[in-house]
Amino acid sequence: MTDKSAIEKEAARIAERGESAPRLARDPVNLPMINNWLEAIGDQHPGYTEVAPPAMVQVWTMGGLHGQRTSDDPLGAMMAILDEAGFTSVVATNSDQTYHRYLRVGEHVSVTSTLEDVTGPKKTALGEGWFVTTRSTWYVGDEPVAEMRFRVLKCRPAEKPAPQPEAPRAQAIRPAINRDTEYFWEGCKQGELRIQRCGGCGLLRHPPGPMCPECGATKPKYLVSDGRGVVYSYVVHHHPQVPGKQTPFVVALVELDEGVRMLFELDGEPSIGLPVEVVFTKIDDELTMPSWRPRADR
Amino acid sequence: MRIGDSLPEWHVEATPTFVISTAIATRDFQDVHHDRDLAIKRGSKDIFINILTTTGLVQRYVTDWAGPEALVRQVNIRLGAPCYAYDTLKFFGQVVERENQELTVEVVGRTGHGDHVTGVVKIEVPA
Repeated sequence: MTDKSAIEKEAARIAERGESAPRLARDPVNLPMINNWLEAIGDQHPGYTEVAPPAMVQVWTMGGLHGQRTSDDPLGAMMAILDEAGFTSVVATNSDQTYHRYLRVGEHVSVTSTLEDVTGPKKTALGEGWFVTTRSTWYVGDEPVAEMRFRVLKCRPAEKPAPQPEAPRAQAIRPAINRDTEYFWEGCKQGELRIQRCGGCGLLRHPPGPMCPECGATKPKYLVSDGRGVVYSYVVHHHPQVPGKQTPFVVALVELDEGVRMLFELDGEPSIGLPVEVVFTKIDDELTMPSWRPRADR
Repeated sequence: MRIGDSLPEWHVEATPTFVISTAIATRDFQDVHHDRDLAIKRGSKDIFINILTTTGLVQRYVTDWAGPEALVRQVNIRLGAPCYAYDTLKFFGQVVERENQELTVEVVGRTGHGDHVTGVVKIEVPA
């Protein structure tokens, strides 16, 4: 029964039966039920004294507290077939109602239903499943007064992904340290935020590089920053997971008082223009990481 | 009422009382709409609004704006994230088509979890 063609064959068989026998509403259209509905929805529309709100059409024929599907109900029959094939979850996806006219108090409606379409199997966010579309028609006597196309997704529940184990702090991603960047990481170890400074023209620059973009000199030095600045821009990282980090975390681009911008994690509520200062966290003997925190004196 | 006109934003506080009273008023007695213990057991976060109520709210949103003279001809909705008890359901709408007295209004109802409902309502307004 898990076979696609078998399900399609069953669907065709049910669709061929056509319209189910009319099922009469428990009560005629009546004011007490209309008023209960208006009260619950909070609708103060003054026009529902002799006619019912159109969106109530399905209410008249609901099965009620102990309702059971009739044996010729096509949706029930199709659900049973898909349940058996392992598509046990059901989610309604569409309800398209057309009202040919407003129903008057005292009219007694009945409803019929046909199976319109069964499509699948399709991969969805909720798991693999079949879309089942039915059409219901409400009648007063022989007159069709409203219609509804109703679609559900019957799916095999998707397996939940295993919870991501939290990466321990020690597994933090380590920077690639080379001859150009060594001075910076050495500074962090000593509690200094160092900005590269051209040995030729004195230009401050970050990130570090071997050559001055201004004068072309290749003898970089550095200046020790005050470690204070304001948030120029930031992102809040939610996904994907990052080793050694607990999401969400904030990465902030900070414009230092010296004029260059640096990008570290920010420990605090971010906002553009937020005054921050650098803090150093020792990871191990080899590595100390800089980050930002909001300034107490702001 | 012209193409491009926006409906005023409308917020519905989906209190447990609201979820339950609307479910019962629409004669929907499925336990997930009134029994939190069973709703949670079935994998939901809480009880949630039933489809007939969503349809009713979409209709009300449009008729509150269009006035009692407007006649509702169609409510076509696509259902998304459930609207749970304690959610705030925010409605937005815009007129997207007009042919003589027939208007098509696009409606979105959104909670913190995403779009609960998107759809179109067709109405007929007096000349």
